[in-house]
Amino acid sequence: MSARNVNVFYGEKQAINDVSIDVDTDNVTAFIGPSGCGKSTFLRTLNRMNDTVANARVEGEITLDGENIYASSMDVVQLRARVGMVFQKPNPFPKSIYDNIAYGPRIHGLASGKADLDVVVESSLRRAGLWDEVKDRLKDSGTALSGGQQQRLCIGRAIAVEPEVILMDEPCSALDPIATAKIEELIHELRGRYAIVIVTHNMQQAARVSQRTAFFHLGTLVEYGVTSEIFTNPREDRTKDYITGRYG
Amino acid sequence: MVEHHTVKAFDDDIDKLRGLISEMGGRVEAALEEAMTALIRQDIKKAEAVVEADQRIDALEAEIDRLVVQTIALRAPMADDLRGLIAALKIAGVVERIGDYAKNIAKRVPKVASHRTIEPISLLPSMAQIAGEMVGDALNAFAARDAALAEAVVARDTVVDSFYNSIFRTLVTYMVENPKTISECAHLLFIAKNIERIGDHATNVAEMVYYAATGSYLPERECPTEQPDS
Repeated sequence: MSARNVNVFYGEKQAINDVSIDVDTDNVTAFIGPSGCGKSTFLRTLNRMNDTVANARVEGEITLDGENIYASSMDVVQLRARVGMVFQKPNPFPKSIYDNIAYGPRIHGLASGKADLDVVVESSLRRAGLWDEVKDRLKDSGTALSGGQQQRLCIGRAIAVEPEVILMDEPCSALDPIATAKIEELIHELRGRYAIVIVTHNMQQAARVSQRTAFFHLGTLVEYGVTSEIFTNPREDRTKDYITGRYG
Repeated sequence: MVEHHTVKAFDDDIDKLRGLISEMGGRVEAALEEAMTALIRQDIKKAEAVVEADQRIDALEAEIDRLVVQTIALRAPMADDLRGLIAALKIAGVVERIGDYAKNIAKRVPKVASHRTIEPISLLPSMAQIAGEMVGDALNAFAARDAALAEAVVARDTVVDSFYNSIFRTLVTYMVENPKTISECAHLLFIAKNIERIGDHATNVAEMVYYAATGSYLPERECPTEQPDS
């Protein structure tokens, strides 16, 4: 997935200024930066989540497999299946665990019949690292799970429609350290199969889970590079001041 | 590096650490100087004082180790902070070794005390002075995060090596001509070797300072045309 010269405006206010970046399945990409730096806004442009914001306007080009995702021919529902998203607060549907996973494949027609759907549900829950914990209570409500389990359920739900990219917007900020570690392990497992982009306020988390890190500040992409380099020897002073805790 | 951390206690930890390194460096420089003075003046009391004072240097190293580990654990340092802490840890270890060499020189003072007429001994103070300056400059470079000064220290190591080679040849010649002095000359040879090693360690400190300051390593030095003889 590739973004070129992307600008985002909320009304008159410019939130993203000329950002170009590529993400791929080989690397987990972390977006870091202080609050209001535009990292979440930019993440949302990658699956047109900003379409739902009334006065938001996106300029520039974002392509998925060479296709412009802002082209009028692009089906936004299809796009969001190909570019899945996991939010800060786990948001399972108030349905059974099974139906949470099965929902996407059903509406996208990805499974032909019950047996097929069962396979998709099991494999998605397995990939989300949740199968062993829930296999005996698939009929229970998704909202009855713990916070960490709910978040893995949401990841499983995103995986179920075979996306190419998974966007995660602070997926662990509402979770305790153990649940966080499980999500991080899951991100590690999923790398290589999906392009994963994670927005996080926790720099240690960015350092732990990502291979590429992008530092945003005031709507611009200040520095983008190999995570180990960014955290040991950043090229830009603004990056250094932020990651060493000198910013602001 | 004028910017302060948002968490002031982090700055306090780093300031304390840098203060300890400075103190350690100052004590080691003094130890070398005193050991050489003791050698030249045959002052056994002074030499004993150098040996005694080394305990404080060892204690400082242990204190620095503890503080670095604690700071890494509690502050999760990044970028230049992390590089500075790792450099401090390694520098403390190397400076402690330099202190050991100074102590070793002091310990040999009684063994050569009765032979002040041995001529090559006159070259040792100049050699030690250069090595001592290298140590001082390397630690000043750490305090100032001065990569250029660190590079200059590295460049000066060849001077110390040349001194060593020269002293080595002179002592061997002297021993051939005065076999009765072989025992004392052997001690002087070890002293020269200790000073040569101090130069090497100062170079190591300077290389770490350069890394901490810049994030990159000094290019591998070209092999000097003349290697130390032993």
